[in-house]
Amino acid sequence: MGFKNYCFKKSLWVFHFGGASCNNCDIEILDCLTPRHDLERFGILLVGSIRHADVLLVNGSINKRDKERLLEIYHQAPRPILVVAIGACGCTGGIFAEGIPFAGPVDKIIPVDAYIPGCPPKPEAIIAGIVKLVNK
Amino acid sequence: MAVYLFYFFVFPGLLFVAIAGAFLSWFDRKITARVQFRKGPPLLQPFYDFFKLLLVKETILPKNGSPLLFLLAPVFAVFGAVMAGVFILLPLFNITTGFKGDLMVIFYLLTIPSFSYIIGSLASGNPLAAVGGSREMKLILSYELTFLLVIAGIIMKCGQQFDLYTIIQTQQAGSPFIGSISGVLLFIAGIFCIQAKLALVPFDMPEAEAEITEGIFIEYSGSAYALIKLAKYIMFFILPAFMIALLMNGFRLEGINILWAVLKVILMVLIITLIRNTNPRIKIKQAISFFMIWMNLLAVIALVLIAFGY
Repeated sequence: MGFKNYCFKKSLWVFHFGGASCNNCDIEILDCLTPRHDLERFGILLVGSIRHADVLLVNGSINKRDKERLLEIYHQAPRPILVVAIGACGCTGGIFAEGIPFAGPVDKIIPVDAYIPGCPPKPEAIIAGIVKLVNK
Repeated sequence: MAVYLFYFFVFPGLLFVAIAGAFLSWFDRKITARVQFRKGPPLLQPFYDFFKLLLVKETILPKNGSPLLFLLAPVFAVFGAVMAGVFILLPLFNITTGFKGDLMVIFYLLTIPSFSYIIGSLASGNPLAAVGGSREMKLILSYELTFLLVIAGIIMKCGQQFDLYTIIQTQQAGSPFIGSISGVLLFIAGIFCIQAKLALVPFDMPEAEAEITEGIFIEYSGSAYALIKLAKYIMFFILPAFMIALLMNGFRLEGINILWAVLKVILMVLIITLIRNTNPRIKIKQAISFFMIWMNLLAVIALVLIAFGY
């Protein structure tokens, strides 16, 4: 079990689900993969298909249409899958929390393993969140 | 019998090519990272990826496709890659099999991984996978003729010998084939064929991540994807080794020559990686005309030069 867990922690592949985002969090997530912060040092890769993913990154406010997509993506993912909510909108709803099309923060729809608040969170904050997730 | 099983499973076979290919794939990722001024993954990253996919992740079967073919395709891919690896590496490590004509067998075995990816992608029932599969098919149709012409050139250069062992021995007795004009032309055509066979960046339209989200591998997860990764690692080692056997003198296994053998493999992978990192993805139409017109022209010129003795 120790070996399996170790391999899993050493190679987290990330799938990025953007809800109705203002694109700031998307840019900060991509910033983590750029030369300055280089998440590939820890074996973290951005993959194109949810079937290859180990971590589902969700950012942006989730409205009623996004909710169906998010549930579908979550059910298509192979287990074990970790879910990370990024940004104020993903964690709590932020300024959209009282809007009419808002369908609840991410943890009302699917179970969330880590929250990274901020509007947008800095890349350092995202890396700190990933480290905490890995050491959990 | 036992010695053949040893050949297949341990020494030039499965275990050896998988480990060597995994290290080369780490080298590829590290060089890519250095080209982009990043730091790159740790040394054992390919092993972590493989064991994570094999042991931890769940394998999801397609509902609308054919689960049996979907699961068998990666097994075929690994089998074809290992089989080709055994046939390539036995002569390279100076073990003669006494099999005249193994060059043609290698040529066919090297296409098995690509064909099984197509079968697996079509069996998954996903439209994007079908697009990837059709692109892979077109890519095979375009590069196979060039690859065959390269091999034909080597056979002509060697005096109508069809086995890899004699080709390596001829080069080691004389000079390597790359030391002539026709050899250089064959080398250029061969490098691009390898690039297309490995589906690396100028020719990675079957598995374009941004466009059709991994294309042929979109539905694979868990241990089936681990086997595909394994086949990719193996191909990443045996195709450069094949080019070294054909054009660059093969390996010699005494004293300092072992270092040269390792450096040759690393040089080949470096060339492939640099081509991959300095080019954009081209369209499938451009790939077909690139191989069908330009690379075939290059290979035919090389054949003519060989016929005149250059």
